[in-house]
Amino acid sequence: MSKNVLVLADIRDGELRNVALECLAAASRVADGGVVTATVFGSKRKETVEQLSHHGADQVVTVSDTRLDSYTTDAYFQAFKQVIEKVNPDVILTGHTAVGRDVSPRIAARLELGLISDCTEVEVVDGKMVFTRPIYAGKAFVKKSVREGTVFATLRPNNIPVLEADTSRSAVVEELEVTFAEDAIRTLVKEVVRKTTDGVDLSEARVVVSGGRGVKSEDGFKPLQELADVLGGAVGASRGACDAGYCDYALQIGQTGKVVTPDLYIACGISGAIQHLAGMSNSKVIVAINKDPEASIFSVADYGIVGDLFEVVPMLTEEFKKVLVEQ
Amino acid sequence: MDILVCLKQTFDTEERIVIEDGQISDDGVEFVINPYDEYAVEEAIRLRDEHGGEVTVITVGPDRAEQALRTAMAMGADKGIIVDDEDLENADEYSIARVLAAVIKDLDFDIILGGYMAIDDGSAQVGPRLAELLEIPHISTITKLTIDGESVEAEKDVEGDVEYIQSKLPILVTAQQGLNDPRYPSLPGIMKAKKKPLEQLDLDDLDLDEEDLEGKTETLEVFLPPEKEAGKILEGELDEQVKELVQRLQSEAKVI
Repeated sequence: MSKNVLVLADIRDGELRNVALECLAAASRVADGGVVTATVFGSKRKETVEQLSHHGADQVVTVSDTRLDSYTTDAYFQAFKQVIEKVNPDVILTGHTAVGRDVSPRIAARLELGLISDCTEVEVVDGKMVFTRPIYAGKAFVKKSVREGTVFATLRPNNIPVLEADTSRSAVVEELEVTFAEDAIRTLVKEVVRKTTDGVDLSEARVVVSGGRGVKSEDGFKPLQELADVLGGAVGASRGACDAGYCDYALQIGQTGKVVTPDLYIACGISGAIQHLAGMSNSKVIVAINKDPEASIFSVADYGIVGDLFEVVPMLTEEFKKVLVEQ
Repeated sequence: MDILVCLKQTFDTEERIVIEDGQISDDGVEFVINPYDEYAVEEAIRLRDEHGGEVTVITVGPDRAEQALRTAMAMGADKGIIVDDEDLENADEYSIARVLAAVIKDLDFDIILGGYMAIDDGSAQVGPRLAELLEIPHISTITKLTIDGESVEAEKDVEGDVEYIQSKLPILVTAQQGLNDPRYPSLPGIMKAKKKPLEQLDLDDLDLDEEDLEGKTETLEVFLPPEKEAGKILEGELDEQVKELVQRLQSEAKVI
């Protein structure tokens, strides 16, 4: 049965996030002849519209109100709700990101809908949409569906492959004027401090170099950062390293903290507590470097080196430099 | 200041997951306050100590969840409310948010705190859903909170960046890691907590109809990820191992 799908396209720093295209790919799997509509908020969204249509949107609803140029819960809520009322979709998808996971539950509550969050796979089984999502930070998984009515889900970034761009596609574009109720925007963003512009965002990095208690100090993260830089990756940490004050909690990977699934995860001086393994064991390839041959991190590693990270990591950095120059 | 904290009892983070008869087994499992909710409890106690008032901790769950409330009271919360979830069938985030809203609509409050997500289901829905049902604003994933009179200032973690946000009471905020360092309950705290008031409610007390609270979503299957086989521990001189590793990552694993 054909389904009309609405995708709220996630914007960060004025750029369309890849997860928006991933949502469109998921939408095209389930639409079955229905209309795929993308909606994008804020002024200056012309290039974004093209990108969306090349990746599967049949229709794009823009809401160019300048009050949507940066995210606030209430403004996005008002606009999202009015777009949903206009499009009347069977399925609503957006990213499980700072935006998607903040506004979607409020929409779901107002419209009395079920919401399936943080999904890593979408399929249609006997005409029903079935979502796979991790629980216990990936120690287990569930398959869920919505009982009846509108299907609403947020998708975890980096899990659904994007459709190849088809530049011959062009979507029907429509601007929607939204009305904001008096005093509707109850939070004010005074200032945004960018901390991630220099580095690669941990949750979306292809390579993660991660340190545990074995790094011994704040300075101990320097060789890890150098290795990450050579590989175009990001630095992460175990809870042990964060609790010891060697690094910011923003770097923590585990059941509390971030869950990452990079192509390559290099664990340095990390023992491998269950709570840490939950956050990284679904990485494609795992390398462990640890002095202790009995460390449980080796049980999930594809490759292990038993040795002192302060010896091994700089050697590894040099070796990668050599090899990457040759390529 | 009237301060409410919504919390959930969850498995300890060091627990392994075992599936029995298609369900996650809680046999012999250690339970804790969901770590993100623990930040909320700590922040609530600090707000109370600064501004005066009372901290009420609220949970929806089975009998054992009472222990989580007692722990929060041992940390310093003043009283607890537990809503028995026995009559709730197929409850999901929709159901839990509705139950919490029903409890809270009869209470006075200036601020509601909770963790931004629970480490078990990890859906990060109940906080914002509850704020919507109560028609108050919310700020999620906060790492700092300052209240002065009616005005609220918070630092919000936005996937690594920080937003400085202003708003007003009443409000709901959800805690991100880094908000504070939760205290351990002291021995006198534990003794005192035993005597603090704990109210037990069921759906009838709240004029709620269980059919009306049935979850909007259903779980079809619970499964474990494929077990990872232990890989190769490299051998030989360290510089040889490093060379071999890089070569294997290139040609065998093809990730470089």
